[in-house]
Amino acid sequence: MSVDILMPALSPTMEQGKLSKWLKKEGDAIKSGDVIAEIETDKATMEVEAVDEGILAKILVADGTDNVAVNTRIGVIAAEGEDASAAASAAAPADSKPAVSKSAEPTSAESKPEPKPAEAKAPDSYDASGEIPAGTEMVKMTVREALRDAMAEEMRRDDDVFVMGEEVAEYQGAYKVTQGLLQEFGARRVIDTPITEHGFAGIGVGAAMAGLRPIVEFMTFNFAMQAIDQIINSAAKTLYMSGGQLGCPMVFRGPNGAAARVAAQHSQCYAAWYSQIPGLKVVMPHTAADAKGLLKAAIRDPNPIIFLENEILYGQTFDVPKLDDFVLPIGKAKVARVGKDVTLVTFGIGMTYALKAAEALAGEGIEAEVIDLRTIRPMDMATVIKSVRKTHRCVAIEEGFPQSGVTAEIAMRIMEEAFDYLDAPVARVTGKDVPMPYAANLEKLALPNVGEVVAAAKAVCYR
Amino acid sequence: MAVAATKKTDLSDAPATGNTLRFANDPTGFTREQELHAYREMLFIRRFEEKAGQLYGMGLIGGFCHLYIGQEAVVVGVQMSMKDGDQVITGYRDHGHMLATGMEARGVMAELTGRRSGYSHGKGGSMHMFSKEKHFYGGHGIVGAQVSLGTGLGFANRYRDNGNVSIAYFGDGASNQGQVYESFNMAELWRLPVVYVIENNRYAMGTSVTRSSALTDFSKRGSSFNIPGAKVDGMDVRAVKAASDMALEHARSGKGPFLLEMETYRYRGHSMSDPAKYRSKDELEQMRNEHDPIEQVKHRLIEKKWASEEELKKMDADVRSIVNDAADFATHDPEPDAAELYTDILK
Repeated sequence: MSVDILMPALSPTMEQGKLSKWLKKEGDAIKSGDVIAEIETDKATMEVEAVDEGILAKILVADGTDNVAVNTRIGVIAAEGEDASAAASAAAPADSKPAVSKSAEPTSAESKPEPKPAEAKAPDSYDASGEIPAGTEMVKMTVREALRDAMAEEMRRDDDVFVMGEEVAEYQGAYKVTQGLLQEFGARRVIDTPITEHGFAGIGVGAAMAGLRPIVEFMTFNFAMQAIDQIINSAAKTLYMSGGQLGCPMVFRGPNGAAARVAAQHSQCYAAWYSQIPGLKVVMPHTAADAKGLLKAAIRDPNPIIFLENEILYGQTFDVPKLDDFVLPIGKAKVARVGKDVTLVTFGIGMTYALKAAEALAGEGIEAEVIDLRTIRPMDMATVIKSVRKTHRCVAIEEGFPQSGVTAEIAMRIMEEAFDYLDAPVARVTGKDVPMPYAANLEKLALPNVGEVVAAAKAVCYR
Repeated sequence: MAVAATKKTDLSDAPATGNTLRFANDPTGFTREQELHAYREMLFIRRFEEKAGQLYGMGLIGGFCHLYIGQEAVVVGVQMSMKDGDQVITGYRDHGHMLATGMEARGVMAELTGRRSGYSHGKGGSMHMFSKEKHFYGGHGIVGAQVSLGTGLGFANRYRDNGNVSIAYFGDGASNQGQVYESFNMAELWRLPVVYVIENNRYAMGTSVTRSSALTDFSKRGSSFNIPGAKVDGMDVRAVKAASDMALEHARSGKGPFLLEMETYRYRGHSMSDPAKYRSKDELEQMRNEHDPIEQVKHRLIEKKWASEEELKKMDADVRSIVNDAADFATHDPEPDAAELYTDILK
């Protein structure tokens, strides 16, 4: 059977080219791999290799022809033993399309409507008040201890869970979050790594692809920038790129954001960075109870989770329910304080400003509702929208940089989903648009503060 | 095994670190069955890649498409040393690796054409395919990332004590990425069962190893971590198999990682749109005419009268028909459903 030689495309964008030279002539024997012609594109001269074997029966496009469209028949190969001239004449006319055609592209926007993601439909808002059953005994605990207990409980439950990172084992954790884990679980499951974030993050992702459930601790998330390729390109995207075959059930955790007086390279909040990535979930708890319940959920989750902690919160004490297995849902916000005049939306350490501001506002007769997002991605907009429909005013607060920040996202989503309910534009209070300075007075200026939140709340209330 | 430490003397100009072996011209050779198996596997990959190049030329495969033509002996030889359960991970020049692990030609080709029956339902493409069933972990588009990931697969083997070995393939180009050495360090520190296979095809895209690498003896790239290495004639499938046997045994027995430098050559450009102006025609022709991995086996099969020209032709026809079937399937399979846009983002 004769085979057509088609003008090949040599780059994703090539539509036509010049057939500069035939290197074989009619009647020549051809075997696969032979260079049969040269083609010039706007970028380069390329060689055309034969794929099929036989005799070059007919040249249909001559040397030196310009503007030959991709997929034009340029020649015919006759199979071994076949009459070359018959093959050439029997070949289909030159304008015929190849038997296999390029798949149809959508002809217009109307003919192929964009499917909407399922989350666009706002579900009924979540009620966090039932998370801790009435009458549950509460114990005082620091965020640090709550995180440690969460890991220990999950490691007892599942042998596939292990923790790796710098100083997590023998040193007992740079911030003592992994204290005691080496003693209970041994060096197989509590693993000190060298200072090599990119490498151990990749090893963690590989182990997760093989089905283990790594907890990768970054001494701080500032250092995770060394590893961000593995987090985003490998951990977040593999489930999609593999058509659902291969996931990364793992947690990347560690302190994030500003501590105190550690300057620009150790003070950045990465909530906005990671929250942009489909395939990741991003959790940022404030209280010890949320830290515990959400870290346990994160370890069990089949997806890669970014779990952003805060060094200043580590030592703060909160009530934690005394329950055998306290697990909270990821992706659900909590109304931390009920109010009717203005909604303050924030997460993580932002809650400390919001709660104090709400207290101050109460003294001025403004009842603020405070929403702790707890999870940045997926963002529980249903709870936010429900509140905004009630208060008609909103201030969003974060410690991160303002441009393209989480608060910018919150404001946009409110505009998309509750514009008609707003009595004032959404306001935001963020870290300033500067690298974190070292000097105590400048650092204070760079961070958000309670006064700014109060002022923003009053502004949206026109007070 | 035809390999002995005495072969150290074959090392040419490299500084002596005392840990490099050289695998070439393995005198023990293959049995008839092994030769025939290697021949068919390599031919299959070559014909598949030629067809992929053709479909690319017709606009049926999009984006980037990196062909494996010329390097077939590497994956086929290594695969012949592996046991079921051993994992494979590689970079973006991955079609040969997938076929060698036994993944279906139809599924691979349909992924190349972006269709719904592709291994990733058309959502991955040439560089991003996976098969849990065949222990193939990708298919990675970021140069060097697969080395850390493959080390992580080895970590999981060690953690589970399952006796499996992870094979992490990468090129001379990836060998200059920092995370490769971060991974080497931890792999040796923790004695992980990983075999690192550097496919040195002499060019990282258009940059030759002499222009990119201070030390071009890649078998020594593990030496500052105490990882033993060997230099292998990657155009000779027998040498590849012999070296892999030793490396896999080393890793499987708990001695830690092993590094194999495969001296190989790609006939085509870096990707389909690369005219390969950075190397001479003579260099390419010499490799093709004198070192072709498939022709070498064919020559031996004929010389030893282990197969006739006719039998080999029949084998070629069989392989072509599988490849043609795959191409036909991959060009008629529907594109993914529009709803697939939003699936498999989270579990």
